[in-house]
Amino acid sequence: MKEAVLSIRDLTVEIPTRHGILRPVDGVSYDIAPGEVLGVVGESGAGKSMAGNAVIGLLTPPAHIAGGEIVVNGQRIDQLTGEAMRRLRGKQIGMVFQDPLTSLNPLLRIGDQLTETMLAHLDISRTEAEERAVAALAEVGIPGAAERVNSYPHEFSGGMRQRVVIALALCAEPSLIIADEPTTALDVSVQAQIIALLKRLCRDRGTAIMLITHDMGVIAEAADRVAVMYAGRLAELGPVREVLMQPHHPYTAGLMGSTPLASRGKDRLHQIPGAMPRLDSLPGGCAFHPRCPRAAARCSSAPGPLITDGDGRAACWFPLDREGVA
Amino acid sequence: MLAYVIQRVFQSAIVLLVVGLVAFSMFRFVGDPVDNMLGQERTQADIERLRTTLGLDQPFPVQYYKFLTNAAQGNFGVSYRQGRPVSDILMERAPATLELAAVSGFLAITIGIGLGVFTAIRRNGFAANAIMSISLIGVSLPTFLIGILLIYLFSVELGWLPSFGRGETVDVGGWSTGFLTSSGLQALILPSITLGLYQMTLIMRLVRSEMLEVLRQDYIRFARARGLRERAVNFRHALKNTLVPVITVTGLQLGSIIAFAIITETVFQWPGVGLLFINAIQFVDIPVMAAYLMLISVMFVGINLIVDLLYFAIDPRLRADRTAAH
Amino acid sequence: MAELSSQTPEKVVERSRLRVAIDSDFAWQFRKSPVAIVSAVVVTIMVLAAIFAPLIAPYDPFDPGSLNLMNGFSRPMTPNAFTQEVFWLGTDDQGRDVFSTILYGMRISLFVGAAAVLFAMVLGITLGLLAGYAGGWTETIIMRVADVQLTFPAILVAMLIFGIAKGITPVEYRDQMAIWVLIIAIGLSDWVQFARVVRGATLVEKNKEYVQAARLIGRGSGAIMLRHILPNVLSPVLVIATISLALAIIAEATLSFLGVGAPPTQPSLGTLIRIGQGFLFSGEWWILLFPALTLLTLALSVNLLGDWLRDALNPRLR
Repeated sequence: MKEAVLSIRDLTVEIPTRHGILRPVDGVSYDIAPGEVLGVVGESGAGKSMAGNAVIGLLTPPAHIAGGEIVVNGQRIDQLTGEAMRRLRGKQIGMVFQDPLTSLNPLLRIGDQLTETMLAHLDISRTEAEERAVAALAEVGIPGAAERVNSYPHEFSGGMRQRVVIALALCAEPSLIIADEPTTALDVSVQAQIIALLKRLCRDRGTAIMLITHDMGVIAEAADRVAVMYAGRLAELGPVREVLMQPHHPYTAGLMGSTPLASRGKDRLHQIPGAMPRLDSLPGGCAFHPRCPRAAARCSSAPGPLITDGDGRAACWFPLDREGVA
Repeated sequence: MLAYVIQRVFQSAIVLLVVGLVAFSMFRFVGDPVDNMLGQERTQADIERLRTTLGLDQPFPVQYYKFLTNAAQGNFGVSYRQGRPVSDILMERAPATLELAAVSGFLAITIGIGLGVFTAIRRNGFAANAIMSISLIGVSLPTFLIGILLIYLFSVELGWLPSFGRGETVDVGGWSTGFLTSSGLQALILPSITLGLYQMTLIMRLVRSEMLEVLRQDYIRFARARGLRERAVNFRHALKNTLVPVITVTGLQLGSIIAFAIITETVFQWPGVGLLFINAIQFVDIPVMAAYLMLISVMFVGINLIVDLLYFAIDPRLRADRTAAH
Repeated sequence: MAELSSQTPEKVVERSRLRVAIDSDFAWQFRKSPVAIVSAVVVTIMVLAAIFAPLIAPYDPFDPGSLNLMNGFSRPMTPNAFTQEVFWLGTDDQGRDVFSTILYGMRISLFVGAAAVLFAMVLGITLGLLAGYAGGWTETIIMRVADVQLTFPAILVAMLIFGIAKGITPVEYRDQMAIWVLIIAIGLSDWVQFARVVRGATLVEKNKEYVQAARLIGRGSGAIMLRHILPNVLSPVLVIATISLALAIIAEATLSFLGVGAPPTQPSLGTLIRIGQGFLFSGEWWILLFPALTLLTLALSVNLLGDWLRDALNPRLR
């Protein structure tokens, strides 16, 4: 494997509250290779967005990185603050938010939002930035880009706005894009287009993507590898095909069972019993054990040990074997 | 957009008609104008003649119409107390109030917005917290006490600034201004601070809360995620969005400044229309009260109109919606 | 809880309600906030002092018989040069004890403030319920009047109403009526906020199933509004009332200071400050300072209480 664009080791995020310290991200490790798409899945509250925010240094206080390290392009960044971190954002790590309707400043022309971003990071003239803005809009598939640079966000539809957001995230040529639920707020009909666009642009540039989503369909379609998170911990990580078809962790299996996939035929949809525990009342041991069909006594005493299988790994006492779904 | 402007002008006209009705009713029904204008020695013939000259024998709508046409031409009758045309007295007094209000308004807006932004950006800083606590006292402190306090400090104890009047004024084309003499400028200091302080506090608190709200928005997070400089995020992105809702309230506050000038003018014996109005109330000088009411309504309605139109200048969404609708 | 078992069931219910009140979030937040406790204590003391002013005040400042001009301009805590009498907070030019005049002034200020807010509240709630429930023309007229009035600052509206009322009242009754005119003027200038909140809540509640159900079982509109809608707007109304009280006290003081409020025969804190301002340059600072401090303390405590109440009850205002 080439040197990773992003490498996270034992990342822990903590939020001190009146009721004690919460750990929305607890000892998570993964790498993303250049040009690779890593899907991060989990239910809401599993810590997948929080990990993304930690990487780009936009945790909302009092949440903070309490342990582990984050390395981007060989540089350790979890200790960086203020100006040094600002230079990284946009330049090395770009971000795409969930809701394109609220991500763009309503009072500024989109061309201005593009040029200011480029001028903040690239050593180019204003005229050149303006030219590049037009090109960037054309590249994300905005018709009539030369005129549209002077439009305000409200003059675009939701799907078009998300294209603008992608252009903004990519305009300073970062090597990693964190896409946090980039299609959740969009119409189903445009979701696939946006994912395809994002994938194509990143492949052309060799940009890696951390694709955060709760939608297994999006993962199946777009990701090279997938990381499954549950209650702040990494449950399973591996090549997308293996994880989807032959999950090792019972939680992943359960997730698959509750996702309609065309390839899975007409099987009944299964539901995982119960709900993910709240962060302030996590069960001991493996956090999934109260809902797990395979749980035994030792699951509640310690988190599952890491088992590796080829390129994949899972944290479970009783992993499912290669033959598949329980 | 034109249709909207016309609609607003129409609404304003209705407000003015209603206020005019109130003013006219005061004239007509509060105290007997004939009684007020004729001395003790009067005959029935005098009374009848005056009633005819004043048009009091005509039907109510006709009288109202006449009152309005007169008012539109600046004719409000004769002050009961001073025996001179009300319009002359008002014209004489207006420059004092307008100059005072202009300086106070300028102070309130500039300092209010500045401090509001400062306390929002440094929301947990010591200075910001101190300013917020002081401002709460400022809101509870009645305007006239602030005036007295300033007089005590700067006139009685230190003897630096005059405690009453406008100082020397210069007549420029029928407008007596205090801006051109040093005593006139000195005399302006304490009253304008007194008058502006309350509005300044309000504007500051409003700007702060609006800005904190804006700083929580997605597009601010996205601006940060693109690595824009903190200054650009705060002033280019956040401030502009903050100002949209602030403009309405600020506009109304400017109207209030003219009304609150009544209090400041009384404390500092400032020879403006406010002092005139208070004296009119004390002596039940109805024509002066009615004229003041009409005058200040025109100003308020005018300010409201300007504020509405300013919206178009600052918020592209409104411009588009209106043009699209027509 | 053993001693409770012998009591009647109603008593038990009452006790437990009290317990519920004490254990509630609201009470917890109150105990957690030193600002709220201090301002509540200060307001309580001042209200009690105002109510019992005739018992507490060492002198009756409005009894001409007890006044001694020789006592005029006594400094605070210093024996008077002529009579050797000592006055805590000094005396004014006529020899009136400043402490006593403040107690009586506070009485007037608080009475006018509270009565004006009560008036505004009753008026605002009634009109708000009416507008929200009746809809149509009633609503349009009420809310348009509210809009027009909101364009103008309350203090100006109050002055105008005061001026008109003064014009209508016969000269010989003006002083007697002044306090009531003041209450009506301030109250009328302040009803809009109440009406807006109540109307908003009424519009929301009107269409809820339980109100529809109440209507179906044949309850009158009045009963429905009072029983079902009013309780829902209690907390915003309480917050607005507290903040309005501070504003009303300041408004009264301002009007009286300007000489268009409380008459000289019934001086409020504002009147006292107006009188005291005359002695600012001649050095008798106490005639001005103490009434001013009292007014400031009163307004600030009520304001802080209102501020805290707004945060604690967190109603969706505006």
